[in-house]
Amino acid sequence: MKDYIKLAWRNIWRNKRRTLICAASIFFGVVLSSFMSSMQEGSYEMYIKTIVNFYSGYIQVHQKGYWDDKVINNTLDYSSLKTQMPAIKGITVSTPRLENYALASLEDITKGVMVIGISPQKEDSITNLSKRVSEGSYLADGDAGVILGSALAKYMKVGVNDTLVLLSQGYHGVSAAGKYPVRGIIKQPSPDLDRRVVYMDVTTAQELFSAQERLTSLVIMVKDADDVPRIKRELAAKLGEEYEVMDWKEMNSMLIKQIDSDRASGVIMKGILYIIIAFGIFGTVMMMTAERRKEFGVLVAVGMQKYKLEYVVAMETVMLGFVGVITGIAASIPLLWYFMLHPIPLTGQAAETVMLMGFEPIMPFSMIPPIFYYQAITIFVFTLLIGIYPVLNISRMKISKALRS
Amino acid sequence: MSIIEIKGLHKVYDGKSLPVYAVNGIDIKIEAGEFTAVVGPSGSGKTTLLNIVGGLDEPTEGEVFIDGVKITGLSGKEKTDFRMKNIGFVFQAYNLIPVFTAKENVEFILHLQGKPKAERERRTKELLEAVGLGDRMDSRPNKLSGGQQQRVAVARALASKPKFILADEPTANLDSKSTDNLLEIMEKLNREENITFLFSTHDQRVVSKARRVITIQDGVVVSDIRK
Ligand SMILES: Nc1ncnc2c1ncn2[C@@H]1O[C@H](COP(=O)(O)OP(=O)(O)O)[C@@H](O)[C@H]1O
Ligand SMILES: [Mg+2]
Repeated sequence: MKDYIKLAWRNIWRNKRRTLICAASIFFGVVLSSFMSSMQEGSYEMYIKTIVNFYSGYIQVHQKGYWDDKVINNTLDYSSLKTQMPAIKGITVSTPRLENYALASLEDITKGVMVIGISPQKEDSITNLSKRVSEGSYLADGDAGVILGSALAKYMKVGVNDTLVLLSQGYHGVSAAGKYPVRGIIKQPSPDLDRRVVYMDVTTAQELFSAQERLTSLVIMVKDADDVPRIKRELAAKLGEEYEVMDWKEMNSMLIKQIDSDRASGVIMKGILYIIIAFGIFGTVMMMTAERRKEFGVLVAVGMQKYKLEYVVAMETVMLGFVGVITGIAASIPLLWYFMLHPIPLTGQAAETVMLMGFEPIMPFSMIPPIFYYQAITIFVFTLLIGIYPVLNISRMKISKALRS
Repeated sequence: MSIIEIKGLHKVYDGKSLPVYAVNGIDIKIEAGEFTAVVGPSGSGKTTLLNIVGGLDEPTEGEVFIDGVKITGLSGKEKTDFRMKNIGFVFQAYNLIPVFTAKENVEFILHLQGKPKAERERRTKELLEAVGLGDRMDSRPNKLSGGQQQRVAVARALASKPKFILADEPTANLDSKSTDNLLEIMEKLNREENITFLFSTHDQRVVSKARRVITIQDGVVVSDIRK
């Protein structure tokens, strides 16, 4: 075994230049494809993280029907939900929200806003809202004031300590109105949210909308994203028909669809790249086979069983691939690491587009292991397939003919 | 019992237009310890004959027995195994694995035979010393002269302690000095170790060293002389 590995390894280095060219083509393919995948996965991660952490959370519990018709009348009764909430392993925090639309005005400027009633401390533990306060202060639990998005504040020319008037329709059509001192201005990375969000304490919001003890959603965070399906299942089973339990994938189905189709187009691109590389490997292997006909003949003549020789040449093909894959991965890791720490900032039109969708204008990179092992697996499969060529060649070889070549 | 017994051997190749009758009814017996040359002009059928005797090719008709075992008709796998255990080969040129050193080339055969490491090393050293290459054990073939390469090939052929050594024109690519040198080693092994050699040649100087000369022409034996 060790001797066959040694033999195969030395064989691939017989023609150093040819092997290096072949390995270099794989190397660049791996680096390019790692780079592409890393960028893709990085942006998916960013989209998902943005959405999950700043907005949807991993799981939400609503009154049945809320998701399809997001109105204040479809709210749930928190006091009764609290008594039914089971203790499920893996849930880290759950935080209540009451969301509704309102008109905000200050002097002669009026704008439609989204009021989000939150539990300030708990919300902060999930979304780190307080870190993004750029002026004034964050809300205290039970606070009677509000904080608002920086773009919104700028538009309305609102400053800290100004008083904002909110007008809306409350639970069961009750008219809602109130005056709220501005405690702080918050810079939301999602420009969309930054332009229209007004946060207040959830009890303050319940009062404004005459929706005592009512919530639009209970947002649930989990320790490990992989546990989401299980936790969702357990929650749904315990809570019963009155509620709907949704996970982040369901709540962001558009995004998930976009990611999937984007990933698929990436797979096609990488597939084409790999097919080109595979032809390069195949050419090298064909030459390696052709010029060694006589040698194969001698080896079998002196008593090496064909299957052993086939094993050696198949191993050579796989090794040839792996020289490229391993050096390619080794070079990709620091490269991607660098870009992961220093994401490429987007500028111009691209930045605008991404910001409009509510994301940070950067090109983030990901280092999730599949980026690397899929490459290794792909090249391994390709080289195994290519390895069939010399193996067949040997199995069909007639020794006396090979010896005469 | 003869070490090699060839009975009624025929080999017909499918030529481009007409069939080629390369071997046309050959019967030969070779005894242990013989030092035999198969002589004949190019195209007379020497390689074809030796290939069949060595189990590298199948005859169209006839049988070959090695030490009483009929090898014609064995499966490919069985033949390979039989060759590994019973026959040493030396070919005209490019005999060696180019990426292995002299030592590794010889050891490889012992490895195929599943011999333990200590024995492999001891025997490899012994064999390479016997062919006068004790000081070139770690050289790769491209660092050795043609004559030295053929001597490594002889050492490799001996490694498995075969019943005989089959050599198809082993000196064809060598200059006269290397030819003499290789033949000297072969003769010595034959004399001192009683190794049986069957080799082909069309070099008169080589023929003169043989103790039995079988001349073939157009696939038939025209003379068989023991000196
Ligand atoms: N594979 C083959 N197909 C057709 N003819 C062959 C083949 N191998 C050898 N021959 C022919 O068989 C004859 C004997 O060849 P060979 O055994 O190589 O003779 P020698 O070794 O004495 O030169 C020659 O005419 C040669 O052309
Ligand atoms: Mg010949």
